[in-house]
Amino acid sequence: MSDAHVSLRDVTKVFPAANGGEGLHALGPVDLDLGKGEFFAVVGPSGCGKSTLLEVIAGLTPASAGTVEFEGWRVDADIPDGIGVVFQEDACFPWLSVEQNIAFGLRKTALAADAKQRRVRDVIDLMGLGDFAKSYPAQLSGGMRQRVCIARTLVTQPRLILLDEPFGALDQQTRLLMGDEVLRLWRQTGATVFLITHALDEATMLADRIAVMSARPGRLIDVVQTNWPRERDSRIVERAEFGAITARLWKTLREESLKTMALKGAGQAAEPA
Amino acid sequence: MSTESWKSARNAVVLIACLLAGWQALYWFAGEIAMRPPLATLRYTANLVTTDAFWPHLSETMRAFAIALAIAVAVGLLTGFWLGFHSLSRQVFEPMLVAIYSIPKITLYPVLLLAFGLGMPAKIAFGAIHGIIPVALFTINAVRNIKPILIKTGRVHRLGPLDMVRSILFPAALPEIFTGFRVGFSLTLIGTLLGEMFAAQRGLGYLLMTAIGLHNVDLIMAVTLLLIVFAAVVSTLLLAIDRRLHRRSV
Ligand SMILES: Nc1ncnc2c1ncn2[C@@H]1O[C@H](COP(=O)(O)OP(=O)(O)OP(=O)(O)O)[C@@H](O)[C@H]1O
Ligand SMILES: [Mg+2]
Repeated sequence: MSDAHVSLRDVTKVFPAANGGEGLHALGPVDLDLGKGEFFAVVGPSGCGKSTLLEVIAGLTPASAGTVEFEGWRVDADIPDGIGVVFQEDACFPWLSVEQNIAFGLRKTALAADAKQRRVRDVIDLMGLGDFAKSYPAQLSGGMRQRVCIARTLVTQPRLILLDEPFGALDQQTRLLMGDEVLRLWRQTGATVFLITHALDEATMLADRIAVMSARPGRLIDVVQTNWPRERDSRIVERAEFGAITARLWKTLREESLKTMALKGAGQAAEPA
Repeated sequence: MSTESWKSARNAVVLIACLLAGWQALYWFAGEIAMRPPLATLRYTANLVTTDAFWPHLSETMRAFAIALAIAVAVGLLTGFWLGFHSLSRQVFEPMLVAIYSIPKITLYPVLLLAFGLGMPAKIAFGAIHGIIPVALFTINAVRNIKPILIKTGRVHRLGPLDMVRSILFPAALPEIFTGFRVGFSLTLIGTLLGEMFAAQRGLGYLLMTAIGLHNVDLIMAVTLLLIVFAAVVSTLLLAIDRRLHRRSV
């Protein structure tokens, strides 16, 4: 047992092949400790195992080897209380209104009906969904739907929030503003945040620490400390260090991304002259 | 009334007027030997439904139909959920279902008749075999098309197996299942009536067959009208619900 909020030791994931073949080594080995209240971001080439890492932490997929601990307890394909997940894909329930979707998050919470109602209202206001409370997901844009999913996660007041490219469907301006929202929430709630993103500037702007993942099988090949103050917002992009950190991330990531590209065009030259 | 419902009401009126006009025209063309005009039929029908002899036939048909539909839905849903989730069984049985679906069920009638004898059980069986397969096929598809991300979301919210079925799997599959129910409804009705026409001593199908035997054109027209009105009203209702359910799916 360690005193980190989340702790991974030698975590690997191999997806078994359907026909008893060799299987697909998607992740690891990964060692990682997240401090309580830390904002941690992961960047990596596409298909390198980022979502897999998130699912292993959430207990949605059991690790093939190694251990995951959350608040000192083993996570084994058994989803612990206190973890909230926002997935990469649209996960709204189309048969429920925005309000009902968000209230769904509180099904297992022991609270009086009016207290739940209040919490749902608060999150709706926070996410700017007030005008759409009675709408159905089919009537909303992709970005709006993603906000509903974020709201459904936040309403449970998780102690660990796992975000898988939550702003993928948003335009750049909204992304930056949502980033500010997330930072504000993170400060307010004291939750630990684990964010997956493919936008380097987003990672640099938001996180305390940023890990770069290798091409599949994903390992953490570089971890960068940003040393930002806790009170910060998107204007941090003006700082000189911002460029330096983003550049360092890109330097590592570029090589890994090229490996992934080379894999896709198998047989061709790996790198242009 | 909103403009939307105004429009659909107006469309319905226009449609009915066109149908009546077509009916009248057809009558002029086919003549007294084969048909009756709308007005005469309506008058006869109004009379028919007040006679005591009519109601046992109607209730017989409705009972047979209701039981057949219940069986078709129950068996279809169970089969559909089983094959939808179990891919090996699906690979074996789905092609079989599709093949059976495409053969004319009437060819099975002699066998059913021998197995069940004349009367209620045979009718119900004949109705049900028409409805089971479409309900099953639509349910298989509905279950297979449930987005895995919704199930994952359920797991993150730590739902138990029963809660997962009730609050995620079923609502996610419902629009598609309902379409299957709608198709199953029509086919079960056809099957039940066919069953009654060929071997029964009561029911609307039987009434129709006797009327043909006696060349009672008034009765033929009246029973046909009643069946058409029933089928059309219920189908329109089901279609409206179906559309509503599908409007929400993304
Ligand atoms: N359930 C599964 N069964 C088999 N292989 C899987 C499964 N889930 C993921 N994979 C494979 O594991 C690898 C890593 O997938 P993962 O989704 O974790 O990548 P990612 O880094 O999140 O990619 P992206 O940037 O596109 O979101 C991929 O090659 C993928 O095909
Ligand atoms: Mg991913």
